Amino acid sequence: MLATQILVDGFAISALYALGAIGFTLMFGVSGVLNLSHGATMVVAAVTAWLVANKFGSYTGAAAGVVAGFVTAYVTYFMIVRPIQRSQAIPSEEKEIFVLTGTLLWGIMIQEAIAYFYTDNPKTVRPLIEGVVNINGVRTPSNEILIAAICWGAIGLLWLLVNKTRAGKALLAASINPRGLTLLGFELSNIYLLVWTIYGVLAGIAGVLLATFLGTSSSQTGQLTASAFSIVVLGGLGSVSGSLLAAYVVGYLETVTAYLITPEIRSMPALILLVLVVYVRPQGFLGRR
Amino acid sequence: MNSGEFMFRVRVKSEADKDGEGNMPKKIIRHATSVAACSTACLAVALAAAPSAARAADAEPIRIGIISEASAIVGVAIPNAAQLAADEINAAGGIDGRKIEIISYDDHNSAADAVRAFQRAVNQDHVVAVVASYISEVVLALEPWSARLKTPLLTPGAASDEITRHIHEDYEHNKYTFHEWLASSSIAQSICDASHDLFVTGYGMKTTVVMSEDAAWTKPLDDRFLKCLPEAGLQVLDHIRFSPDSTDFTPIFNQIEGKKPDVIITGISHVGVQPTVQWAAQQVPIPLGGNSSQSTTSTFWKDTNGAADGVVSFDGAAEGVATTPKTMPFTEAYVKRYGVTPAYTGYSSYDAIYIITEAIQRAKSTEADPLVTALEATDHVGTVGRMQFYGKDDVFTHGLKYGKGLITGLTIQWQDGKQVTVWPENLATGKLRFPPFVKVKQAAAN
Repeated sequence: MLATQILVDGFAISALYALGAIGFTLMFGVSGVLNLSHGATMVVAAVTAWLVANKFGSYTGAAAGVVAGFVTAYVTYFMIVRPIQRSQAIPSEEKEIFVLTGTLLWGIMIQEAIAYFYTDNPKTVRPLIEGVVNINGVRTPSNEILIAAICWGAIGLLWLLVNKTRAGKALLAASINPRGLTLLGFELSNIYLLVWTIYGVLAGIAGVLLATFLGTSSSQTGQLTASAFSIVVLGGLGSVSGSLLAAYVVGYLETVTAYLITPEIRSMPALILLVLVVYVRPQGFLGRR
Repeated sequence: MNSGEFMFRVRVKSEADKDGEGNMPKKIIRHATSVAACSTACLAVALAAAPSAARAADAEPIRIGIISEASAIVGVAIPNAAQLAADEINAAGGIDGRKIEIISYDDHNSAADAVRAFQRAVNQDHVVAVVASYISEVVLALEPWSARLKTPLLTPGAASDEITRHIHEDYEHNKYTFHEWLASSSIAQSICDASHDLFVTGYGMKTTVVMSEDAAWTKPLDDRFLKCLPEAGLQVLDHIRFSPDSTDFTPIFNQIEGKKPDVIITGISHVGVQPTVQWAAQQVPIPLGGNSSQSTTSTFWKDTNGAADGVVSFDGAAEGVATTPKTMPFTEAYVKRYGVTPAYTGYSSYDAIYIITEAIQRAKSTEADPLVTALEATDHVGTVGRMQFYGKDDVFTHGLKYGKGLITGLTIQWQDGKQVTVWPENLATGKLRFPPFVKVKQAAAN
């Protein structure tokens, strides 16, 4: 009974972690950007979903949230990241640090803005599917199953995009050798636009699902970014399958800790694992070195 | 991050801000500019205005500082309600002709920021008293500064028994602090009394699990729970304390369900939306009672999208209930101005300004020591009840007196988007009613 409970609970939360982390790792793998406003983007999507759902119902709210996700991604790209990347004043070795700092500050600005207008109280959206189902004696909200389904659906679509479409293959190529790609006549700026679009949609979906599952608030933006960051480092920066694996490892580690030891230290084993992996195998589970 | 000079000061809307047609402007934020530039400018102006300074002193406003967590729903009620009170008092002529000026500071949920704000309020803005916070950790950090800077400090929302313990143990130093809210142990007692009437007598319940956030205010709360709940007729099967940073309560609810209690008694204030939403989403078949501070305001229904239905909580005062003749007029005025019902801190913050006003009038002075003596003599019928402070020899020195005829708090339950008062019987506007997924024995009487 407890085992089934852990299995089910862990699956849903790992799927959510995975969705958040995959966008993050894709962004780094393809365009080399560590977007530290990741958590803030997710929270913007969640809060937008909450705002719209209040008047127009959960489904419209969810759609609005996803849209808010990629609008925020675009704003981050065009207002923060691209100007830094194209700046003549910043030496190219330092551009990554500037992007890191820029997105971090931008994330804080978003967090404060949300807290100012809507307070830091957590926001939630009514579950997209109400009610509970019985899985082998475990009472599970149907919404959790939907979340797992949507996450895996999105991941599946992403896989199809990257492996079966031309645009997706260009993305993959850009993450391996951007220079070579330009020599073949591809516009890198279009590739980056595509990656930011995909990122925005993924972060938007993750944010909306988080709002329907656990709820989220402006004060959690840092935690969400840190969580995605540690999963991505664990799995290997730039590796999508690595992030998927790491998300499940972290998700289950947390769930097992919360159920079998105590909920108070649920995030600790994952952090200890992170330290060990960085020490023993710094490229992560499946990272390239 | 915030240095003393570059602190955001949020000035809450007051009557004086209305334009010619009586419209309120948007919230005004002033950035504190460099102190050096400001003081030079001030010096120049002061020198130029020296002759008229003597005359102007009589009309100088009395400044009261408000330090709170402006981005928290429970925190923002403090300056909002204080401003409402100040405007009412000023409209009636102020304090012997002097107007009250409310100066607000946002402490960003940080004790360090709160201390800096307190220092600034006393040293630069020359406030006569400070009303601060609902977070015990913040108030406990401010308490020694109230002593050092000899400035009266009232908290309208923090609960830890430690606040009054420090005053009792070192009266001469800490007498400037007043705990203008119920101590955690009093809140726990009120909950035990209500639980006896509502759950034990009303539904024949026998067992419970205590579920509290791990924070300063819940330590004395839980200690009292573990004593008074069995006395009320509820055996405590388990006692869970979770980190206030928790976002996933599924394992906790599962653990509780495994013990099969008849009711869950909570001690939550920093969290509220997430555990409630998850309780409803998982359809945990056990009712939620105890204290849920966030559930005391009307936006809670919206924030939880109605998952709050059935949640039972301790509250200081509630909408539609005339705890005293002042309660409902205040609630109506607050809703009219701010669009939401006040969180529990709004009631006591409003009363705090009146208490300070009356104390200044009694003392005929704004000096700290006479003000403290006058505050100790407080006997004020506020919005939450009749307010008096315990004396030097009582255990809870300078705490609000708890008891029949004074302040007992009440118990509310969310039903169909409205807060219904269910206890005590003489104030009740309805009966307990639980959502369909909650399994309660339909016992005897009610």
